[in-house]
Amino acid sequence: MTTTSEQNPTATERYDEAAIEADASVPAIHIRRDFRATPKQLFRAHTDRDVFARWMGPKELRNEITEWDARDGGSWRYTARHDDFEGSFRGCFHTVREDRIVQTFTWEGMPDSVSLETMTFEDLGDGRTRLHAVSLCDSFEARDQWLASGMEVGVNEGYAELDRLLADDEV
Amino acid sequence: MTDQLSRVFAALADPTRRDLVARLAVGDATVGALAEPYDVSFQAISKHVKVLEDAGLVSRSKDAQRRPVHLEAEVFDLMTKWIERYRLQAEERFSRLDAVLADLDDEGNDLPTTREGTAS
Repeated sequence: MTTTSEQNPTATERYDEAAIEADASVPAIHIRRDFRATPKQLFRAHTDRDVFARWMGPKELRNEITEWDARDGGSWRYTARHDDFEGSFRGCFHTVREDRIVQTFTWEGMPDSVSLETMTFEDLGDGRTRLHAVSLCDSFEARDQWLASGMEVGVNEGYAELDRLLADDEV
Repeated sequence: MTDQLSRVFAALADPTRRDLVARLAVGDATVGALAEPYDVSFQAISKHVKVLEDAGLVSRSKDAQRRPVHLEAEVFDLMTKWIERYRLQAEERFSRLDAVLADLDDEGNDLPTTREGTAS
């Protein structure tokens, strides 16, 4: 089930693939994913400008990071381009700690809508680290719209492919 | 569309209602039959069914006195597809992250073989 009030899945659960959960009590989206990596590796992948640029979008050259200051109180901004789409996203780093990053997230196309992103890196002790990302939106409507449209990731080159994949699933 | 999605999420936020949906996936049932296994009143179950009905997740036939409850599978599928698309997009990003992590040592530093970063 994708909608649940359970916030603490049992330790035995594994997330070899991304799991999405719409929070029942607050307008938040939870994403969990286990990585074959240390917390330090995940931390650098989220804070080092060059390393982040390598995975943030499929075509690095078309996604441009224009501001990047990964420390408490710093800010970030990037522009994503895909076919005729161009969108800029920006926010502030509120907390940058090895096991926890808190930042705001805004799509400049909807500047009054701000979500709060909290990422934690939990060492699972067997060479794997669990990423738990919580996106807290400012209303249930905004959260559900986000889920329904996949706004943030609509810029991915795999988008069209995913649509095809899903269409195949359809009648 | 979004309003309906919100109602669907709210309707499924309750464990009893999720249970009702699971049972209705097997086949139509009357409110009375649905209420049987629970230690709550018929009225309480009737209220839950009303919430599911308002969200468009179930419908009730008008004809018979029994008015069996029917699961609207398409609505349920639509919500599942939206979430699955979002999940696949997240997974796509994480697969790229997997590849990047393989280029870092345990301390998070670039391995000697790592190619130069291509950030702008």
